[in-house]
Amino acid sequence: MSTTTTQPPGPETGPTEAALRHASLPRYFPTALLASCAAVVAGVLLAFSSFGAILWALLTAASYVVITVTASARVEGGRKATDRFVTSLVYGCFLLAIAPLVSVLWTVLRNGFDRFDGYFLSVSMNGVLPSMDAGGVYHAIVGTLAITGMATLISVPIGVMTAVYLVEYARGRIKRVITFFVDVMTGIPSIVAGLFVVALWMVLFGPGHTNGAAGAISLAVLMIPVVVRSSEEMLRLVPRDLREASYALGVPRWRTITRVVLPTSAAGLTTGIMLAIARVIGETAPLILTAGSSAVSINWNLFDGQMMSLPVFIYSQVRMGGAVNYERAWAAALTLILTVMLLFFLARMIGRAFAPKSAR
Amino acid sequence: MAKRIDVSGLHVYYGDFLAVEDVSMTIEPRSVTAFIGSSGCGKSTFLRTLNRMHEVTPGAYARGKVLLDDLDIYGPDVDPVLVRSEVGMVFQKANPFPTMSIYDNVIAGAKLNNRRMSRSEADDLVEESLRGANLWEEVKDRLHKPGSGLSGGQQQRLCIARATAVKPSVLLMDEPCSALDPISTLAIEDLIHQLKEDYTIVIVTHNMQQAARVSDRTAFFNLAGPGKPGRLIEMGETNQMFTRPEKKETENYITGRFG
Amino acid sequence: MTTTDAPQAAPPPTGRRRIGDTVFAGLARGSGLLILLILAGVAAFLIIQAWPSLAANTANFLTTQEWDANVRENPAFGVAALAFGTVLAAAIALLLATPVAVGIALFIVYYAPRRVAAVLGYLVDLLAAIPSVVYGLWGIGFLAPQLVPVFRGMTEYLGWIPLFSGPASTSGRTILTASVVLAVMILPIITAMSRDVFRQVPQGHREAALAMGATRWEMIRLAVLPFGRSGVVGGAMLGLGRALGETMAVAMILSPSLAISFDLLRSGNQTIAAHIALQYPEATGYGVSALIAAGLVLFAITLAVNMGARYIVARGSKEA
Repeated sequence: MSTTTTQPPGPETGPTEAALRHASLPRYFPTALLASCAAVVAGVLLAFSSFGAILWALLTAASYVVITVTASARVEGGRKATDRFVTSLVYGCFLLAIAPLVSVLWTVLRNGFDRFDGYFLSVSMNGVLPSMDAGGVYHAIVGTLAITGMATLISVPIGVMTAVYLVEYARGRIKRVITFFVDVMTGIPSIVAGLFVVALWMVLFGPGHTNGAAGAISLAVLMIPVVVRSSEEMLRLVPRDLREASYALGVPRWRTITRVVLPTSAAGLTTGIMLAIARVIGETAPLILTAGSSAVSINWNLFDGQMMSLPVFIYSQVRMGGAVNYERAWAAALTLILTVMLLFFLARMIGRAFAPKSAR
Repeated sequence: MAKRIDVSGLHVYYGDFLAVEDVSMTIEPRSVTAFIGSSGCGKSTFLRTLNRMHEVTPGAYARGKVLLDDLDIYGPDVDPVLVRSEVGMVFQKANPFPTMSIYDNVIAGAKLNNRRMSRSEADDLVEESLRGANLWEEVKDRLHKPGSGLSGGQQQRLCIARATAVKPSVLLMDEPCSALDPISTLAIEDLIHQLKEDYTIVIVTHNMQQAARVSDRTAFFNLAGPGKPGRLIEMGETNQMFTRPEKKETENYITGRFG
Repeated sequence: MTTTDAPQAAPPPTGRRRIGDTVFAGLARGSGLLILLILAGVAAFLIIQAWPSLAANTANFLTTQEWDANVRENPAFGVAALAFGTVLAAAIALLLATPVAVGIALFIVYYAPRRVAAVLGYLVDLLAAIPSVVYGLWGIGFLAPQLVPVFRGMTEYLGWIPLFSGPASTSGRTILTASVVLAVMILPIITAMSRDVFRQVPQGHREAALAMGATRWEMIRLAVLPFGRSGVVGGAMLGLGRALGETMAVAMILSPSLAISFDLLRSGNQTIAAHIALQYPEATGYGVSALIAAGLVLFAITLAVNMGARYIVARGSKEA
């Protein structure tokens, strides 16, 4: 490990009784130490020809923390050393969280890029054997659009109206009950939402009926509480005086809500809905149970037959396990991530562009 | 224990905005110095620069010299953490740690410097500090109850005990009575009288009667104009400041309020 | 059940101008009640459809580890191994994620330069936006192979700890790998909750700590962590709820077996959610009904955990 490069400077004077200053590590110490640790560790690893990015990062971090804490404990005293130790930990935690984000995005981009082209996006898997070097995700994109679209059509009216009810009408016990159960609904595991629709379909249509509508309903169960929560928050931001001004003009309550409250919060509601869509568009488990996992051809009909979707496509390709299947899975993952990111950024931009000035 | 503070040419900035301009003053040890002035004139901001608490506000910084006896608290290598254990502070709103008992509140700061304090040492320090804050008799039977159960005035005295337990040489008080009823205020004012035996005390107050009652010297701050920085207008013996101020501005402020 | 035709509770209008009001209020109220209905429906339909297999089950549902349900007569199945695997995977994920999440929250609120803090928080939110199936793909296609040498090292040096006994999996498709991915997935949830409570710590408490000469860490220890504790615990439990119910990461990564095992570095164990996803397409006979019964157990566990979390958070915010 690196030892010589940065000897803590300054004489070893313990803090004198009345002095406000005590010996401290120079300001450039952390930067200089980090750089020299990185360099020395890289050198040692290369010398043993076992250079790996993860190993290098870990050893650099470890040697940095050890040297910092030791030097600080000797020069600055125990309390300062603890403080520096925690500071390194906290920075480390953050880097630790960013690492998987970067890694996921990078591996998906690198592995998915080759197959991600116009052909892949515009053909289905109809007539393609799993091991053939052909086929694409068009049918899955169609399915994702149809299923998510229907789920949105179901959950937005219910979610927004429930939020209106909670903010504008409900009082006391019923309000608490609904709020509580919306929270409960937020916690339903997605696979359970899928099983619910399976059970419902068995009662309604008998066993073995798999179609897009079933998938859409299971996604709606997951989406409704998210829409309620975000809409509720947005409606609460509408200032009280705006409502009162409207009432004072003799406008009935429902018109006040539809003409004043909802338009005022429209941007926020849109943001919330888009984030909810972004959340359910990647849901896989319920769709495996409800919309099937073996469709290969384009199906626009939500009420008849299995329907492929992007997430289920990724899953079923991985289950097949061949090299070309993995290539398709990565390319489909790239498609899905780009879609989700697009929704995410659009939502943020709408939220920021139309944010009421007072809410800041 | 108590130390003298010498301020020379101190400017305080919030980012680009100059909040306090060119303050120089001497604060005598074992005395009470009051800062008075209208709201927003920078007296609280200035007070916070005396133990570098202003640095907690993002973008705030100070230029100039503040000597504590002979040591510049803005000198190179000076650790704000050590400055603050030497210059304690009591805030406008009593802020005992809500999750800690009365006992733990008092001992919290002292424990930072001395982890291995023995049980009896700690007990002694708690009793001494609470007695010093005139609170011992009221709480000695419930030391291990939460501090948030006390009345507002008791909480503020608990905060004073917590500050003195660290054994600082200076105590800064930022409108310590503004949230208290008259009786609690009186208790705190009595306490300030006792504390000046051992500490250098600086108190910011909006209440001029209070400044007249508790302080030995008074400093008057005012804005140079709307949107302009705050300045020290005049400083002197409290008696003289309230009877024969040198500056017209001071007289206007004092008479305007005193009627 | 399906679309927008919410039940319209329409009592006789009291005045002509009030018809709109009554209808609109009825719609709003109906939507709220519909949510209760859906939730009741979820529980009811699961119970109805789980019942046939539970009634026919020849084994004890709660203590049996085997899953022999894809038959027309005398099924014998139980959730013991599955429930254990579910709790084990989620617990490890929670242990890994909570300290890191608290660190991130502290970083964003108290360490990061103010200008970049918002952007950094946003990056952590992005972690939550990545679909679980993509995490699964990343886990099996990238992380698992990367962890193989790490696991081998762990069995070599830490093998004396029963949890890490060898031989290590050569594919990396173990419960620990799945838990690491789950930890990444629940990180944003715990971080968001912790960040919110850390932001709410009154300035007075933080300044009180600093004013008596506390370092930044001591300020956090004295004022921030005690205040934020209930929020962190609540966030951790919400994360636990998510980890318990998460399907894809486990279904894609883990190479399962239906037996209770404490060996984290070998393939084995299985979770309820992943078991359902993997078994459903091949389920025959009592199979589907038995899987629904397993789903019911998962529903009950997550329900309890989530309600506990809400309770802790609500109590914490009342104290503050």
